[in-house]
Amino acid sequence: MQQFPCPFCGLREETEFHFAAEAGKPRPEPAAQVSADRWAAYLYLSAAPKGEAHEIWVHRSCGEFFLMTRNTETRAVLATQALPGRAGE
Amino acid sequence: MTRYSALSLLSQGVRGHRGWRPAWAKTHRPKPAYDAVIVGGGGHGLATAYYLAKTHGLSRVAVLEKGWIGGGNTGRNTTAVRSNYFYPESVALYDLALRLYEGLSKELNYNIMLSQRGMLIAAHTPAQMEICARIANAMQLNGVDGHLMTAAEAKARIPLLNQTRDARFALMGGVWQGRAGVARHDAVAWGYARAASALGVDIIENCTVTGIETQAGAVCGVQTNLGPIRTGRLGLAAAGATPGLAAMVGASLPIHTYALQAFVSEPVKPMLDTVLLYLGTGTYVSQSDKGELVFGGGLDRVPTHGQRGNLPAQETVVSGLLEMFPAFAQLKLLRQWAGVVDVVPDSSPVIGPLGPKGMFVNCGWGTGGFKAIPAGGWLLAHLLATGTHHTISRPFDIDRFTTGRLIDEAAGSGIAH
Repeated sequence: MQQFPCPFCGLREETEFHFAAEAGKPRPEPAAQVSADRWAAYLYLSAAPKGEAHEIWVHRSCGEFFLMTRNTETRAVLATQALPGRAGE
Repeated sequence: MTRYSALSLLSQGVRGHRGWRPAWAKTHRPKPAYDAVIVGGGGHGLATAYYLAKTHGLSRVAVLEKGWIGGGNTGRNTTAVRSNYFYPESVALYDLALRLYEGLSKELNYNIMLSQRGMLIAAHTPAQMEICARIANAMQLNGVDGHLMTAAEAKARIPLLNQTRDARFALMGGVWQGRAGVARHDAVAWGYARAASALGVDIIENCTVTGIETQAGAVCGVQTNLGPIRTGRLGLAAAGATPGLAAMVGASLPIHTYALQAFVSEPVKPMLDTVLLYLGTGTYVSQSDKGELVFGGGLDRVPTHGQRGNLPAQETVVSGLLEMFPAFAQLKLLRQWAGVVDVVPDSSPVIGPLGPKGMFVNCGWGTGGFKAIPAGGWLLAHLLATGTHHTISRPFDIDRFTTGRLIDEAAGSGIAH
């Protein structure tokens, strides 16, 4: 089984983690001026990159969301870091 | 093209089977221009080419495949065909596929070994039985065969199921679709390839698309490792590779890519004559004509483009199978593999125009693309030939994510996606 490094708990088994979203998608604001197209793109569209990917994952055991840089072809984990404002290890 | 028949088999038999010709003509160098180019030589792409040539009369059509035809998800699935969906839009789509499958061996003059042995979605709780009743009712309202099956009927159908006192999931019944079944997956790809090739379609393997050319907002060609190809009509049917192709023209899709695993046991004597999906374990299984048990389950939960599975998903699927059939613990696994599936938030495909004028996609089939091959090909061919939607594909346009008219089959039909 593969292990992912949680920035708070260290190496844990992959089954403890859940993929949340691709990173780097700012929520469009203010809501009243956001068109349906932009909102749909924010909600649904993704890049599904082949190779290096920047993703937000959650470690379900500690409940923390964090950033993970992975290779989606080899499954190698390149880096993980806590979200801004959250203290990691 | 030599027509396959009992007579041709007999005449080849007496000559030692030395006179068979290749089923389709391999094209090694693409022509400089085509009326339509389809990227992806799986079932959907080959079916698109066939219907373009057959139904719409386009003669200059090319299918570009980066590997070998049928080597992606078409050759990696568990071969089930069915139309036991919930929403009218889905039933119209998947039952079009099933109806085309029913006539496909004759249509293509190629035995796809369709075996309509029926499929049971087995339920174990009163709540699951209510969901099953809801699906059965929806299927009947949509004009598709299907009915609620009692526990006694289901047990009689599948006597090997674990129904001892310590079984974790007691059988309460389920939804039955008698027209569901299995088909030989490779034969579907090969049959469409052979029939398309006979109509003049160029099938070009080992051809990778590296760029899409546009002019004044319209498609004018593709760049490939075998050189540029001019075309005004481009169809993308490349499953998990479709987002990467769309990105070449700055377009995005609502797709995440995951590995879906499948497994085959050593062959044994006939002991399971239906397709079975167990809601309790999420494992589905059928027995192939060779006697192997073909089974699978849910997705690996890690987005990937690698055609390999992970161990936790294997453990879940295999332990689920053994809970259903403890006797299978004695069997050895022959093979295990994975395909990269293109999963959409509402578990329904994306069919329609995308990006520049003249470009159309047929993707997002997720874990259930094989059963839809004839319909996917039929509808993408219609789009490429006419430039407009068929009424069956219209609800599956990407605009549903803007309008909010999602077709959420994951929740609606209780199917393990």
